[in-house]
Amino acid sequence: MTALSTLGWAFADTWTITRRDLSHWALRPGTVAIGWVFPVMIVLMFGGLFGGAIEVPGAGGYFDFLMPGMFALTMFFGLENTMMAVTTDASKGVTDRFRSMPMSPLAVVAGRCVADMLNSVVGLAIMVGAGFALGWRWHEGYGSALAAFGLLFLLRFALLWVGILMGLAAGGPEAVAAVQILVWPVGFLSSVFVDPATMPSWLGAIAEWNPLSVTAAAVRDLFGTPGFEAGSWITRNATPMAVVWPLLLVAVFLPLAVRKYRNLGR
Amino acid sequence: MGQPEFTIDAEDVRKRYPKAPEGTGLNGFDLRVRAGSVRGLLGPNGAGKTTAVRILATLLDADAGRVSVAGFDVRTQARQVRQRIGLVGQYAAVDEVLTGRQNLVMFGRLNHLPGPVARRRADELLERFSLTDSATRSASTYSGGMRRRLDLAASLIVAPSVLLVDEPTTGLDPAARAEVWEAIRELADSGTTVLLTTQYLEEADRLADRISMLSAGRIVAEGSPDELKATVGGDRIDVVLSREADVDVTKVLAARFASGEPYAEGNRVSVPVGERTRALVELVSALNEAGVEPEDITLRRPTLDEVFLKLTKEKELVR
Repeated sequence: MTALSTLGWAFADTWTITRRDLSHWALRPGTVAIGWVFPVMIVLMFGGLFGGAIEVPGAGGYFDFLMPGMFALTMFFGLENTMMAVTTDASKGVTDRFRSMPMSPLAVVAGRCVADMLNSVVGLAIMVGAGFALGWRWHEGYGSALAAFGLLFLLRFALLWVGILMGLAAGGPEAVAAVQILVWPVGFLSSVFVDPATMPSWLGAIAEWNPLSVTAAAVRDLFGTPGFEAGSWITRNATPMAVVWPLLLVAVFLPLAVRKYRNLGR
Repeated sequence: MGQPEFTIDAEDVRKRYPKAPEGTGLNGFDLRVRAGSVRGLLGPNGAGKTTAVRILATLLDADAGRVSVAGFDVRTQARQVRQRIGLVGQYAAVDEVLTGRQNLVMFGRLNHLPGPVARRRADELLERFSLTDSATRSASTYSGGMRRRLDLAASLIVAPSVLLVDEPTTGLDPAARAEVWEAIRELADSGTTVLLTTQYLEEADRLADRISMLSAGRIVAEGSPDELKATVGGDRIDVVLSREADVDVTKVLAARFASGEPYAEGNRVSVPVGERTRALVELVSALNEAGVEPEDITLRRPTLDEVFLKLTKEKELVR
């Protein structure tokens, strides 16, 4: 088999695996839609119910502050999707069936990537739509807005590898429930909902260095959130760090995930 | 390429799991299966059946030994092996959200069949496994037996020359079990080499041409079901007594005609015998004289259960 046809089949197989997920959307629209609408619900809950009582930095309202953070959190929620899909396949023997077939081994993982990224693109589009409906706008033009979306998807891409590793390590869908709970402390210990400056200083520092906060701060800057001002070093350098942090996560978790996948055969 | 004499050829295969207790895995496993035959791999839980299947299916690397399937080395020619095997694992390995048909088309595409061919093949297999009516329903709505049939169909997309089946009927009700047996039987008749692992002696007896008995990671006996039964001696007379109190008397009386030691299980006494008819007649008259009234007397061939018990008992004695 030539290198070219190997590559060709890798693409074809990746597309087949991706299409499988797209078929899931069509067959279980409810499940998928809940995943997309859930962050909107959080926005309404926090923005509408708690927002009035929360002081945020900047001249804008709470929605102005909240939306970019929620975009980042939406990417973070995607972790559960990845983990759930990977662990279900592994525990039901579907991964083994793939591995016993003459398909490209790369495609199993690559198909997962493409499908999950597509899912997050739709999820983010719905969130942006909801933001617009609630009066949120970006203020720095399309170029910066696109850069902001790029950073969000970079974070999602990094979390993919965390999700694949955790899914392979989990041993069954039950373990996903634990992760569904644990995403909350990580989500709250960030600048998504409140300004970390209002936290005890050591907690605030952890919250500011949270990759979620770094991406949130970077996209707030790129969207031109009114009056949003950076304080500490990490928030002043949020945009480059929103590239560095995800790349670091990829550098650590991609090899670990690939190794874990290979070790299924040991 | 000439057809290899043995479609499955494994020699001195060793596999140990770092975290598992000693004794699990494989420990000098040998297996040679001729093309077109059905081999039963029989053994209790933890004997290494699944490990053997996973190594043959290229899913697991052996620590040592040589394994070839359909003439290709499982380690260095995994792709060629994968093009020629079908795997039916312990779980019905299908996407439960997708419909039956979508599952088969997907697996067909991943076997690199062109789209129209994959769709045609999916329809053929749905028909063959009586799933046409449920083809457009999500596999999560299928019964256990239907899901197993879909799983079998998925393993047959490219008409494999070797089908590896790992405990196909575990957890199935008798009707579903019969369906799966029939499907495997049909495949074997069409010339596919089948390796079937099972804990059920009846299953091996029904389906396999030859049986390999696996215990603690190595083959302890091999032969046709009849040959294996012959290793525990000749026929058996089973005497079912109405009173359990008669068991001891019966054992003593039977010992006179027995070729081995009679043994009791509840109110049933099993007597290994050499000359079957003569022993039967003499036993009946002896029981009659002693005033023991049996409820039932049957003459039968030994079961694989007895082979298995004997083999494991011998092993314990060696230890």
